[in-house]
Amino acid sequence: MTDRAPELLDSNRLAYAGGALPAASQARIGRRWGWWLYAEYRLTSMRAYLPTILIRSIGLPLLYLSSMGLGLGALVDSGAGRVEGVSYLVFVGPALLVSSIVMESSGEFTYPVMSGFKWQRHYFAASASPITPGQVAVGEIVAVGLRFIPEALLFWLALVWFGGVTAPASVLMVLIAPLAALAFGAPLMAFAATQTDEGSQFAFIQRFVVMPMFLFAGTFFPLSAMPTYLQWIGWISPMWHGTQLARVVGFGMTNPWWLTWLHLLVLVVAAGGGIVASARLFERRLTR
Amino acid sequence: MSVIEARALVKSYGELNAVDGIDFDVAPGESFGLLGPNGAGKSTTMRMIGGTSLRTSGTLTVLGLDPETHGPEVRANLGVVPQQDNLDTELRCRENLITYGRYFGLPRSYLRGRADDLLAFAQLTDKADEKVDNLSGGMKRRLTIARGLINEPRILLLDEPTTGLDPQARHILWDRLFRLKEEGVTLVVTTHFMDEAEQLCDRLVVMDHGKIVAEGSPAQLIRRYSTREVLEVRFGSDRNAAVVAQLDGVAERIEVLPDRVLLYSADGEATLEQVTSRGLQPITSLVRRSSLEDVFLRLTGRSLID
Amino acid sequence: MSAPASRTLSGLYAGNVRAVLERGFKVIGNQNWTIVVSGFFEPVFYLLAMGYGLGGLVGTVTGPGGAEMSYVAFIAPALLATSAMNGAIYDSTWNVFFKMRFGRIYEAMLSTSLGPLDVAAGEIAMALFRGLLYACAFLGVMGVLGIATSWWALAMVPVAVLIALGFAAVGMAVTSWFTTFQQMDLINIVLLPMFLFSATLFPIGVYPQAVQWFIQALPLWHGVELMRQLSIGAFTDATWLHLGYFVVMSVAGVAFCTLRLRALFLR
Repeated sequence: MTDRAPELLDSNRLAYAGGALPAASQARIGRRWGWWLYAEYRLTSMRAYLPTILIRSIGLPLLYLSSMGLGLGALVDSGAGRVEGVSYLVFVGPALLVSSIVMESSGEFTYPVMSGFKWQRHYFAASASPITPGQVAVGEIVAVGLRFIPEALLFWLALVWFGGVTAPASVLMVLIAPLAALAFGAPLMAFAATQTDEGSQFAFIQRFVVMPMFLFAGTFFPLSAMPTYLQWIGWISPMWHGTQLARVVGFGMTNPWWLTWLHLLVLVVAAGGGIVASARLFERRLTR
Repeated sequence: MSVIEARALVKSYGELNAVDGIDFDVAPGESFGLLGPNGAGKSTTMRMIGGTSLRTSGTLTVLGLDPETHGPEVRANLGVVPQQDNLDTELRCRENLITYGRYFGLPRSYLRGRADDLLAFAQLTDKADEKVDNLSGGMKRRLTIARGLINEPRILLLDEPTTGLDPQARHILWDRLFRLKEEGVTLVVTTHFMDEAEQLCDRLVVMDHGKIVAEGSPAQLIRRYSTREVLEVRFGSDRNAAVVAQLDGVAERIEVLPDRVLLYSADGEATLEQVTSRGLQPITSLVRRSSLEDVFLRLTGRSLID
Repeated sequence: MSAPASRTLSGLYAGNVRAVLERGFKVIGNQNWTIVVSGFFEPVFYLLAMGYGLGGLVGTVTGPGGAEMSYVAFIAPALLATSAMNGAIYDSTWNVFFKMRFGRIYEAMLSTSLGPLDVAAGEIAMALFRGLLYACAFLGVMGVLGIATSWWALAMVPVAVLIALGFAAVGMAVTSWFTTFQQMDLINIVLLPMFLFSATLFPIGVYPQAVQWFIQALPLWHGVELMRQLSIGAFTDATWLHLGYFVVMSVAGVAFCTLRLRALFLR
């Protein structure tokens, strides 16, 4: 098509070429599927980073499992022996899977959100179309959540290869990790939507929320290894609820049935609440 | 019947009334301008038309619909070119058009051909696979306009379409917009450049501090609020104000600006003779036709571009 | 200095590093001090979580010279070395990259009489100053926790600055080749595995011999070993090797960085 010279183009028929869907249909599609149209756009634009994402999601499991799983594992196994009745690799593997995805969400739901509102302003671009601001928020979350599924799958495959899991049910981690990531990331996105200045707020969250969560919320050792007065860190961390679920499906960790359901409930409520809050805050900021 | 109808439209941010009770109508196929300085409320008005800014009071309909309750329906008929380009710099030019078209739920099969047509219209065919970051300011602007046309809109909203562009890029852009106008697309343009308003608009409203201070075609406004010609004289920064007393009666109206004095009259050359006959020797003098700039100065007592 | 070498340097250096440092301190004074302070917490969090939480599962570890040491005492010096590396690398790579491409801060600096060498030396000096502060604070924490058991531990502070110098100089030189974010990500791809495998959190004896050799060729391993020996004052024949590694890395890094200055700043 591009070989047509511009002057030969029939510009009289450019504006209403008549090929587009009628406006009423565009609006109807937008009302129902706007969130998906935006998610589709985000997934498309992530293709630019595909090499980085791939290297990361293949490299990170191998690094973590061969260092923390094997190296540290050898040290722990020769010390305490078993943790929760299993070898350290089996204990730490599911937690590494969940926490690496949750940690990634802290990046995906902060700077890109600032960019959408302020740097690249693609939220404003989208809200000039039939897509509504709330749908933009939902679309953003759906896109990132969907991206986490193949990443979790790659991690799970690495885990199988290292012998960190054997039960078929452990494949459920592939869904647990993205859910935990949204339980942390969606409320974080709601916060990011309220931020208008690029300062150090996200770096602070990284240092004083994400890092402590990774270190203290039961990834490397059971919460019970910490003094009781510090164990609340786990209870308020989506990461801990996610890693505990992953351990239940990973090696059948003994956990009261009600507690297992409670983990799931916490994650669903936090993710759902974050999505609703984000949609509201997007609505407010994009229609100011 | 108007395609856009605003009555007593108000938008407040706290104490500030960014838009302070304005009324206007835009007819189908018309090219309508909102002229005013920065902060006059033009962009806010544009965003209310697209339903992306909620009004404080008043009524507003676009194609008979309220953009607040029928946002998707209204925006399906609009093409929006925002003041700040918000192209996706991670995508290439053609990809920008296609992904944006997907926001309107348009099928890819349609969008591929449409994107090529629009790239040709924007004179960017050879840049189709270029990254957006590598485009010049004028090219980005044309790409944003092409993007605004992806859904075959009935109304195109252009917020400060040529701000920040060099003169040549502005003329290319005006030419493209003129073609759209010839095709019967309704254009709504905000600008703080009077030459742009004169080039593009059939009819315009002059806005200041959120209010409409005048309305008409560019020619009508100039006739109504200014004289045929203007004599601009400079006596040096420290003397301009001092000599005004001696200029009494040489022109219909006199405006003293920090750097020059404007004398409004039907015949500028004759006025200059009168000035020199009073023994005053300006450092420079210039006779020109009245413009919308003079209209704005008359209406608000301020210059349009600070 | 030979004639060609001085020609290489001419136009690069104006002898006014102070102006760059003054700006750096002003920035810290204005707003960034909170971020500066927060940087101190990361190794401390690691120390507390891994040292005490995981330490309970690990028990004791065999340290330098066969000494049995608690897990927290084992990882503390390694975390100090790692934080010296991370801080120096951040300051000399991402920080420089951002200021160059987005803040355009160097553009303004270099349009004055300042030369690229002034700017580079100023940035590296700022990085070392930060490293010095963190090292002192971290050593204080170790003292409070009772895991710095030898007077030699005081030498960890200057050694941390030396480690920082080596990494900062090399990091800045490497940044001169980078133009995009994706390339900058490579830095993290190198740093993370180096941290995970350089005997920081566990001895590397579990890995095959070839892997061990590879790890021992990397700078962080030498930094970790050196720090660990200093922390308990137990030295081996390899101590001089570790120290020498960083002296050579620093000298070579500074030379390398000087050669790349034009490519880094004058593009």
